[in-house]
Amino acid sequence: MATMIQAIRMALHVGEERLGVTDIFGQDVGPPLGGVFTGTQGLETAWNSPLDERGIIGMAIGLALAGRKPIAEIQFCDYAFNSIDMLKIAGNTYWASAGDWNVPLVMMTPVGAGIRGSIYHSHSFDAQATRIPGWKIVMPSNPRDAYGLMLSAIVDPNPVMFLEPKALLRVKGRDGEEIPGEPGDPKALSKMIDAPLGDRSAWKPAWPKLEEYYVSIGKARVARAGKDVTVLTYGRNVPMCLAAAGELAKDGIDAEIIDLRSLYPYDWPAIKDSVRKTHRVLCVNEDTEITNFGEHLIRRIIEELFYELHAPPKLLAGAHLPGVGLADALERATIPQTSGIKAAIDTLARHQP
Amino acid sequence: MIIPVSSGGSGVPRAAANMDMKLGTFTEFSPDVALSVHALMLQARVFEERLIAMYKQGDGYFWVGGPGEEAFNIPLGLLVNKGQGLDHDFLHLHYRSAATLLAMGADPVDSLRQMKNTATDPYSRGRNFVGHASIRKWNVAPISSPIEVQFSIAIGTAEAQRKTKSKGITIVQGGDAGTAEGDFSTCLVWSSRKGSELPILILVANNKYGISTPYEGQHGEVCISDRGKAFKIRGATIDGNDPEVSWAAIGAAMHYVRTERKPFLLEAMVSRLHGHSSASGANFVKNEIDCIARFEHKLEERGLLTRAQMNEMRAHFTAELLEASKRVRKEPQPLPETIWDYVYADKNRREVN
Ligand SMILES: Cc1ncc(C[n+]2csc(CCOP(=O)(O)OP(=O)(O)O)c2C)c(N)n1
Ligand SMILES: [Mg+2]
Repeated sequence: MATMIQAIRMALHVGEERLGVTDIFGQDVGPPLGGVFTGTQGLETAWNSPLDERGIIGMAIGLALAGRKPIAEIQFCDYAFNSIDMLKIAGNTYWASAGDWNVPLVMMTPVGAGIRGSIYHSHSFDAQATRIPGWKIVMPSNPRDAYGLMLSAIVDPNPVMFLEPKALLRVKGRDGEEIPGEPGDPKALSKMIDAPLGDRSAWKPAWPKLEEYYVSIGKARVARAGKDVTVLTYGRNVPMCLAAAGELAKDGIDAEIIDLRSLYPYDWPAIKDSVRKTHRVLCVNEDTEITNFGEHLIRRIIEELFYELHAPPKLLAGAHLPGVGLADALERATIPQTSGIKAAIDTLARHQP
Repeated sequence: MIIPVSSGGSGVPRAAANMDMKLGTFTEFSPDVALSVHALMLQARVFEERLIAMYKQGDGYFWVGGPGEEAFNIPLGLLVNKGQGLDHDFLHLHYRSAATLLAMGADPVDSLRQMKNTATDPYSRGRNFVGHASIRKWNVAPISSPIEVQFSIAIGTAEAQRKTKSKGITIVQGGDAGTAEGDFSTCLVWSSRKGSELPILILVANNKYGISTPYEGQHGEVCISDRGKAFKIRGATIDGNDPEVSWAAIGAAMHYVRTERKPFLLEAMVSRLHGHSSASGANFVKNEIDCIARFEHKLEERGLLTRAQMNEMRAHFTAELLEASKRVRKEPQPLPETIWDYVYADKNRREVN
């Protein structure tokens, strides 16, 4: 059973082997390291770029314009902020040129807290990303979705941003979340595709015979069906919400956890169906709470489903602070935790109009 | 032979010094080349004057363009290896490049359409300012307003050409003030990496202003082409007000890039004959060299054209474009619902959630 980072690596391999990926690049992406999270180890087309985020995105745009299929990595989304201008251009080129040039590129970047990353390795990017029209934005919460979303991102003719919840990158899939073609034994997989420690100059991965598996961009997944409260979430918060829902089930509260998987386009039909069923909504994400993507979802729910609601919708998000502090207590006080999610679901479920 | 640095006090800085290299053999144009270059320069100038008149008559909201850059931009357009795909040149131009496109064969009426933001504007369907062309069939990447971003994008098309060992090169052009942006450094860094040098012709049109800010006071380098020296990027600063100097220099620089597959940085001293844009009035400025007046003087001296003939040509172009602008005035404006067109390449209409 693969971890998410192995799943991403396998998707990139399938991408370069069968789907036309020509360039996988970014800081420390090529040999010998293969990415600070190991996401690009052993890939044929991986190369190291200068330490220049604007250049990385610009390079990707230019490669895409020239008919290649680039995948550009920004090492941490915390360092994508100096490239926002270039991200805007990737998003607006097709529109500004009235359909003359499309920009088929993938940008991938680790996001969020949970690895004790302090102020500059804990940022979220979902609020920022969803403010750049013209992009598709995806964020998996498990290895198989990561694999399927990456393959969909690769074959998409538009710029696609692949946000990697960094706290989940080393988490293995659960039963039923196998990637088609991967060996069942995690040790066997690791032996095949993880680069050895020490000298790697002669190492080559032995890729399993992977099947193509696509998760459609724009389609949410019901991570847990329930009837009392709808929880709209993605990425790292999905397993936290599932844990909270598991505990609440003991008290007879039955939460429905929707893993959005795509932030844009997002799966409004799935959201609507769930809200019509439960009449109560909680949005959970880690980004700072002011001008947060969950706020948009709540605004639309209020506008379109107001009379379905039995309780005021709630947003649980990161505190509006300049950063996430390093000490455990600081991070926990800043970013939603399972206990807080549980309390929020509980309050919503018990709310009487 | 070394290109004459200046043929008549063009304001090439002291260090036009950076002419330490043989930049092609400067020869006077043959009569037929002289005449066709002159005709294009004149047409480009009259075309800009028509755009300015349109602006002043309320047939457009904004004007920006390149009157004063014709002596450089017309030879550039004539020397381009025009076409689509990697074996042709990619162009990443700026908002003063209309003359280059005219020389390549673009229909000036299409720019009148963009000026009037009509639905028939092929470059942006009424979305963008004049001077913001996009011509995929000739590898002309969309021109966009943010200064210097094209220098970060151009490295991508050049990298694609390097990797595929194609015949084409990449040409990127911007102004002098914009070279302070990080994107210019990005271009120098990424195009000169040892063993991965890019086939890219880096052009700077130095009109000694960024809007109202004079060049002096903002630059410590003796001339902008010196910026390449630390990267072993060959460079030169030339009199861009002379079409014969420009032709020889561009031709030689292109030849170097085409054959050596390495970057070249060419700075051309040019004039800005109608100020920065309509925002500063767009009136003719008398204290800068007018490259057309100067070239016409030479043509007269060489007995190639008489003043009367040139006046007649001017009158002819003027009448032609006046008629065209009257026709364009009657062309339809874009319909409001078209704002949703060309957001995503896989669906040309708004996502229907
Ligand atoms: C990134 C960015 N900053 C500021 C502006 C506003 N602006 C438009 S043109 C210009 C001056 C550009 O000067 P230069 O690069 O010398 O080109 P020129 O207009 O002189 O040809 C500025 C500051 C912009 N378009 N983009
Ligand atoms: Mg300037």
